Amino acid sequence: MSIVNFTKVRKSVFSPTTLRGIISVVCLLAAWELGRHYHLPFLGAVPAPSEVLVALDRIMSDGKFWDHWLTSFVRVATGFVAAQIVGIPLGLAMAMNRFTHSFVFPSLEIMRPIPPLAWVPTAIIFWPTTESSIAFVIFLGAFFTVVLNALGGARNIDERHIRAAASFGSRPWDIFWKIVLPATLPSIFTGMAVGMGITWEVVVAAEMIAGKSGLGYFTWASYVGGNYPQIIIGMISIGIAGYLSSGLIRILGNVLTPWQRRF
Amino acid sequence: MSAASNSSNGEHVAPSAGAIEIRNVTKIYDPDGVNVLAVDNCSLEIAPTEFCVIVGPSGCGKTTLLNAIAGFHEITRGEIALDRQTICRAGYTAPPGADRIVVFQNGALFPWSTVLNNVAYGPIVQGKVPAREARARAQGLLDELGLSDIGDRYPGELSSGMRRRAEIARALINDPKVLLLDEPFRAMDALTKGVAQEFLLQAYDRVRKTVFFITHDLEEALFLADRVVVMTTRPARIKYVLNVDFERPRTFRVRSSRRYLELKREVFAAVRDEATKAFEAGERELA
Repeated sequence: MSIVNFTKVRKSVFSPTTLRGIISVVCLLAAWELGRHYHLPFLGAVPAPSEVLVALDRIMSDGKFWDHWLTSFVRVATGFVAAQIVGIPLGLAMAMNRFTHSFVFPSLEIMRPIPPLAWVPTAIIFWPTTESSIAFVIFLGAFFTVVLNALGGARNIDERHIRAAASFGSRPWDIFWKIVLPATLPSIFTGMAVGMGITWEVVVAAEMIAGKSGLGYFTWASYVGGNYPQIIIGMISIGIAGYLSSGLIRILGNVLTPWQRRF
Repeated sequence: MSAASNSSNGEHVAPSAGAIEIRNVTKIYDPDGVNVLAVDNCSLEIAPTEFCVIVGPSGCGKTTLLNAIAGFHEITRGEIALDRQTICRAGYTAPPGADRIVVFQNGALFPWSTVLNNVAYGPIVQGKVPAREARARAQGLLDELGLSDIGDRYPGELSSGMRRRAEIARALINDPKVLLLDEPFRAMDALTKGVAQEFLLQAYDRVRKTVFFITHDLEEALFLADRVVVMTTRPARIKYVLNVDFERPRTFRVRSSRRYLELKREVFAAVRDEATKAFEAGERELA
């Protein structure tokens, strides 16, 4: 059984839905280009797609642009992976153990509503390097979602599965690794997918404030430098980067939870 | 499967294990300080390899009894023994074990494992044989029960009838003394249910375990059981016991025999009061 079903991929690429999607994007671009051309209100100030394409052509061959991509990706990956390493075990521990739950949950719930961006000043003061401050803010962006999804998933395990496993002679260790963990994996991946989206929102804002590189910095610096087409390139780059990262999570989720695939 | 393989010659090996004694068992639930009497002074002896079917309205307390035998619940008074060894009395419940395997209502196959890994789960965690051998044994049992093709499928891909069969295989591989089935064929359509029941009977004819089977379906009870025990609406008491003497192996033809109709008439007459009472009490389902 291959992970990618090529017939299905071909069918979904050449489908009416895809056609509508293309039409939608083309209309958007046309409206944008014409709006600029005829100096419509609001749109008149935005660089037109044609200008953006010219700027893109120039910048694609510039190695610095790709460095910004790489930097942001590395930051997101660092903060995101750290959030999984801390968040998943914490969520599971809270689900398995009432003591841990009552001890950790209140503090978690107080910190959760604080927007990651509000942490930026504290993070800059607290962490020795800019890089670690940014990674910490990204970490926070994904962390709470990850914890809550792991916790919720593990708490909703079907009691019959635990009982059945106990009847078969499972030790607590088996119950954890062979029942609780796989039963929770789908919610963990939901948390990861949502968390990944938040990390991109956060990395950009954090770079605008504190960075000297990265796609967020690139976008902001283009604004400050008055290079308007580059702003658009930065924005779309961030969108694409976020889309690619979520896609990676989805593929990973499909590989690790094969029973969840729709047949 | 030693127990499975030595039965194919048709002679049933003299069983030595699987006797259940339920003595004066009472269970009182105490949610919010309000005592609810679920089981009232029940006594029942089940012989080794007997197929005993407990019939009663839903929520009457029969599942409470099953959970106590399985080791999931405590009881308030009385005692339950398995092969003369106390497994349940006030203040003590033997932990769940592979000698008493439960097949749950609505099924409890692990959705994240293939059928083969589900069946092999017990032997693997018990650690008596290496995982590879456990899987080979599981495949052997699936072959024997006519389920060869579904080993690499996930439970979510199977029909409810297939899932229930796989679950029965998962129970049998552990060679339990007692098989505890809690309305396993509930909510199945009549045809699927018939096939699943015959599958269970075939499996039973192969391995001859003590079976403690709960249902609210009187016809199902008559078709499967050596003995039908009818329980009252809560609190559960034993209302009526009926010995069912059809020869084994049984097929669906039993259901159109004259004897079957006689027994059916007898048991329906006996439980009519109880059905009426349950109906008026607003409880659901009796037969």
